[in-house]
Amino acid sequence: MLATLIIVFREVLEAGLVVGIVLAASRGVPRRGLWISGGCAAGLLGAVLVAGFAGEIASAVEGFGQELFNASILFAAVCMLGWHNVWMSRHGREMAADATKIGRDVLDGTRPLYALALVCGIAVLREGSEIVLFLYGIALAGGSSAASMMIGGAFGVVAGAASGAAIYYGLLTIPLRYLFGVTSWLILLLAAGMASSGAAFLAAADVLPALGNNLWDTSFILTEQSLGGQLLHVLIGYTARPEGIQIVFYVATLLAIGSLMRVFRHVPAPVSENGSPARQLAE
Amino acid sequence: MPVITARWLGLGAAFLALGLALPAYADDGGIVIVIKGGHFVPSEVPVPAGQKVKLIVRNQDSTMSEFESTDFHREKAVPPGGEITVFVGPLDPGSYEFFDDFHPEDRGHLVVK
Repeated sequence: MLATLIIVFREVLEAGLVVGIVLAASRGVPRRGLWISGGCAAGLLGAVLVAGFAGEIASAVEGFGQELFNASILFAAVCMLGWHNVWMSRHGREMAADATKIGRDVLDGTRPLYALALVCGIAVLREGSEIVLFLYGIALAGGSSAASMMIGGAFGVVAGAASGAAIYYGLLTIPLRYLFGVTSWLILLLAAGMASSGAAFLAAADVLPALGNNLWDTSFILTEQSLGGQLLHVLIGYTARPEGIQIVFYVATLLAIGSLMRVFRHVPAPVSENGSPARQLAE
Repeated sequence: MPVITARWLGLGAAFLALGLALPAYADDGGIVIVIKGGHFVPSEVPVPAGQKVKLIVRNQDSTMSEFESTDFHREKAVPPGGEITVFVGPLDPGSYEFFDDFHPEDRGHLVVK
């Protein structure tokens, strides 16, 4: 039961952290609960479908369907996270400056909630499909231990979700003025880490070269299998023994999203182009 | 579960011996690792250094497995009775751990020379 709890916990933890960060990043946005929970529900449905067609996906594309599927949804999530950050660098400062007026009335209507919902859906889909495969296998095997293992799995889901809630409420203690700055950084690192994982999948399928292995080896300090290592892996893409291609994708993602954020950054004009935001600010 | 593990342990050991005795290379040049009785056979897999290798993981058990390694970054579900292929490397000499994410007590190493 404990073994099952830990396996399920580790899967849920990854999705839980992503959803927790996304919820914090969308603080104060109306109907975000609907979008995010909708994304998670769609992800769960997708997880069951993916698990159900695991055999077909695995044998697709000459046996590398799993890798290409995983890489595709990871890169989709990277794009959505990047889009969110670019959007935030355009509007986030105004929102933080006057969260009550502009934040709610003017900007939130166009806020890319669908991007965040998709990211949550993908996180739930990825980890959820593994849990479904795992628990289905246990249920299929049956026996007296199956029931207790299922209970362990349920506790694992609760513990993983609690970790997501912990990071969410932890982030909420940050003053609103700084919150979106912090969540933008978290999302940038999250995206870079996902791109690095996606690159490893493409190397596994022999689509990309590995470009060397063990570019460093910090496994003697922190293994990725330890809880701390796994947390850092999800949050900032920590890799104890990285492949070259992972570092290329990690750095390229940081640079790409970072420079787009810079290019589209909102420069607050003291007297703005006779638009409604200026008038609202003056009130 | 302990009863099952004990029962398979002997069988696993037997297959381990068999696995070590047999060449690990398949016809198409892939290196074969078998999951049998909750164990990787062989659990210590010799791999040539400095070249890309194709690992073929066959699951002969009746439960779902996930072949995973944080040392060489591979993660792939292996359905019961099925087999998967992953490309690894080129790796530097050393030992690289892999495990079954759904049965984390089952572990092995690529021994790269």
